[in-house]
Amino acid sequence: MDMDILVCGVGGQGTVLASKLIASAAMSLGNTVHSAETIGMAQRGGSVTSHIRIGDNAYSPLIPLGSADVIIAFEPAEAVRNLMYLKKDGFVIVNRIPVKPTTESIHETGYDGVEMIEYIKKKCGCLVVDASELCGELGGKFYNSAILGAAAGTGRLGISPEALIAEIEGRVPEKFIEANKKVFSLGLKQAENFDL
Amino acid sequence: MKKEYIMGNSAIALGALAAGVNVVSGYPGTPSSEIVETIYKYPHEGVYLEWSVNEKAALEVAAAAAYSGARSMVTMKQVGLNVASDPLMSLAYVGVKGGMVVVSADDPGPISSQTEQDTRRFAEFARIPVFDPSSPEEAYEMIREAFEYSEKYSTPVLFRPTTRICHAYASVEVEDKASPKAYEGFVKDSKRWVIFPRLSYQNHEMIEKRNPEIGKDFSGYCRNTCEGGGSKAVFASGISYAYAKEYLKDIPDVKLCRIATPYPFPEDFVLKCLEGVDEVICLEELSPFVEEKLLRTVGRYGLNVKIKGKLSGDVKAAGENSADYAAKVLSGFIGREVPEKGLSLSDMPPLPVRPPVLCAGCPHRASFYAVKQAMKGRRSYFCGDIGCYTLGNAMPLDMVDTCLCMGAGITMAQGFNRVDKDGVCFAFVGDSTFFASGITGVVNAVYNEADMILCVLDNSTTAMTGHQPHPGTGRTMMGNVVEKVSITKILEGMGVKKIVTVDPLKLSEAVAAVRECADLKGVKAIIFKSPCIAVTKPAGKVSISDKCINCKKCIKEIGCPALILSEGKVAVDKGLCTGCGLCAQICPVNAIGGEC
Repeated sequence: MDMDILVCGVGGQGTVLASKLIASAAMSLGNTVHSAETIGMAQRGGSVTSHIRIGDNAYSPLIPLGSADVIIAFEPAEAVRNLMYLKKDGFVIVNRIPVKPTTESIHETGYDGVEMIEYIKKKCGCLVVDASELCGELGGKFYNSAILGAAAGTGRLGISPEALIAEIEGRVPEKFIEANKKVFSLGLKQAENFDL
Repeated sequence: MKKEYIMGNSAIALGALAAGVNVVSGYPGTPSSEIVETIYKYPHEGVYLEWSVNEKAALEVAAAAAYSGARSMVTMKQVGLNVASDPLMSLAYVGVKGGMVVVSADDPGPISSQTEQDTRRFAEFARIPVFDPSSPEEAYEMIREAFEYSEKYSTPVLFRPTTRICHAYASVEVEDKASPKAYEGFVKDSKRWVIFPRLSYQNHEMIEKRNPEIGKDFSGYCRNTCEGGGSKAVFASGISYAYAKEYLKDIPDVKLCRIATPYPFPEDFVLKCLEGVDEVICLEELSPFVEEKLLRTVGRYGLNVKIKGKLSGDVKAAGENSADYAAKVLSGFIGREVPEKGLSLSDMPPLPVRPPVLCAGCPHRASFYAVKQAMKGRRSYFCGDIGCYTLGNAMPLDMVDTCLCMGAGITMAQGFNRVDKDGVCFAFVGDSTFFASGITGVVNAVYNEADMILCVLDNSTTAMTGHQPHPGTGRTMMGNVVEKVSITKILEGMGVKKIVTVDPLKLSEAVAAVRECADLKGVKAIIFKSPCIAVTKPAGKVSISDKCINCKKCIKEIGCPALILSEGKVAVDKGLCTGCGLCAQICPVNAIGGEC
């Protein structure tokens, strides 16, 4: 299998863990995997991306522009920021809930993510997920598993939901496993009910 | 052997363990920090591991181990090599007995560094070999080979990954079990280990004879490779090889040559690569190192080969390469169209900007704010340093006037004092940076009678690079709990007469301390002591009562990311707030308080 997946969001949203789950699930299915996280100086509140390259034909750890099969975005503007990586027939799974920049309270821009979602819909195939609705009381710390579940449900990752669940069981701290699996399955269901 | 999905830095660490390394030392610095941390996390019985106080100390610890026949590795980022260059330059003359690998991680971009310097230049400057891995998998193997060459030629060697190797992940085949190498121990021989002018002269002569031999040896090194054929050749090194390979994988009529050992230059190998070639492009980052070597080779042998690269203007001079940039450059070189891929996005809406900022609840914010308040209306200089607190430059704090290199803030504050007697000169330094390179600067100030205020932002960790312990934390990488080195006692011992320790989160006390120090002569020190929010439990959260008049003073004064506007009104982001309470002390109508 050759598959390029880009995971993006804002620092602190759990993109790194999500990308590790994808990479290790792909590896457990017998694939060669390379990945790269561009974290640098970005701490909480900065843009974060993980590039995951599955298959034997990838040499660069970063996905070339216009080559990603799937973008999994935890935040609307971050999806748009990385759209240049998407293939012409690529697919985006995007969380509807915006993260306002930390400077928003000083320099108000009124950013709410709505324009971003509209733009993505205009440009490519996408599934818009409301992670807040899926996670309910559990809150923002579980967005990553919910969105990952939705991504798995689209069938576009080339990785079975079961393989990802096995990775959640193996990599997430024990007391959070059940909650993560729960929101993962809610995401999964939402994608399955969605007409792709 | 087993497959592990690991970061390039982990591959370097595990490769060193597999090579039987005995002593590992280093100083944290992005992108190199995870090498030492990986060794700490994996089984490493019999291996001595330390975070040294700085890169110079780390290199000297490793050098003595290598004098004794042990295998040693020392890790740092490229600017750290500047600090370690004093011992390195001399060590290159003296040589080693056990293998010694100096890992210096370069940072093209730069992504989190002050400079785009090139460690390959340092190798040539110091006259020692350098290894340049092009993937995490290769880095794992190459470390062992670097140890072998080091022992074969009794010389320390440099190993320089770049950020995209250090932080890339790959599935790497690693040894199940490794044990440290047996070593002879130090054999006294003052003619060998004591550097004197006569020895330096002899060894300089020896080194200049030896290096072309190493170049010949490297010509047969398995990681200097040549693929494909044709009259056009691409010379690439490090991660740029992966980018070139990505583009050339379906184009067979172009040669792809990889230089894994840029110095000593493998000239015989390169001459072979150049057979039948009339045009070359060099794809490399930072400086045109390979390009210059090729120009020299072509000149020396009178070859009719055109060499393109950074010097010819065909490749950009600064910044990092990428698969896309490589595709663009190489398309031009071989006269193909750049493939148009992806969506057309010229109508993209403006995106929110997300600059890095001090975390919500970060005590540095409170320290900066206290100094800012105390110095309102007075001419003052705020000399910053390297660490999270460099982010104190951002609006609305705007409290970093200069930042040069590790420890420079302390001595630069003295320089400003020499040219402006009436200005109040501040130096802000973190606890880890104070230990690394701040102490001598304070001695300089005391000895030369400077008027300055040293602000030690003591958050009990090395926060920026990922919370490594340091001499003030009382923990070592051998897992021992040791006596904490006291910053206060160091300052006292150096002769600093006025030393105040304050909690920056108690704003009025902190402001009073700064005001008091500002009016005194000589060297004054204020230790702002409050732990990093990432290593401590949050105190709680604040909430805003209906007394709030929405003046937004809290937002405008301190710029805490937990203070947000919700439908035009000041609100607290409960997910971010740590309950530090700084905003509550700023609010003019006491509308902010602890949560009930």
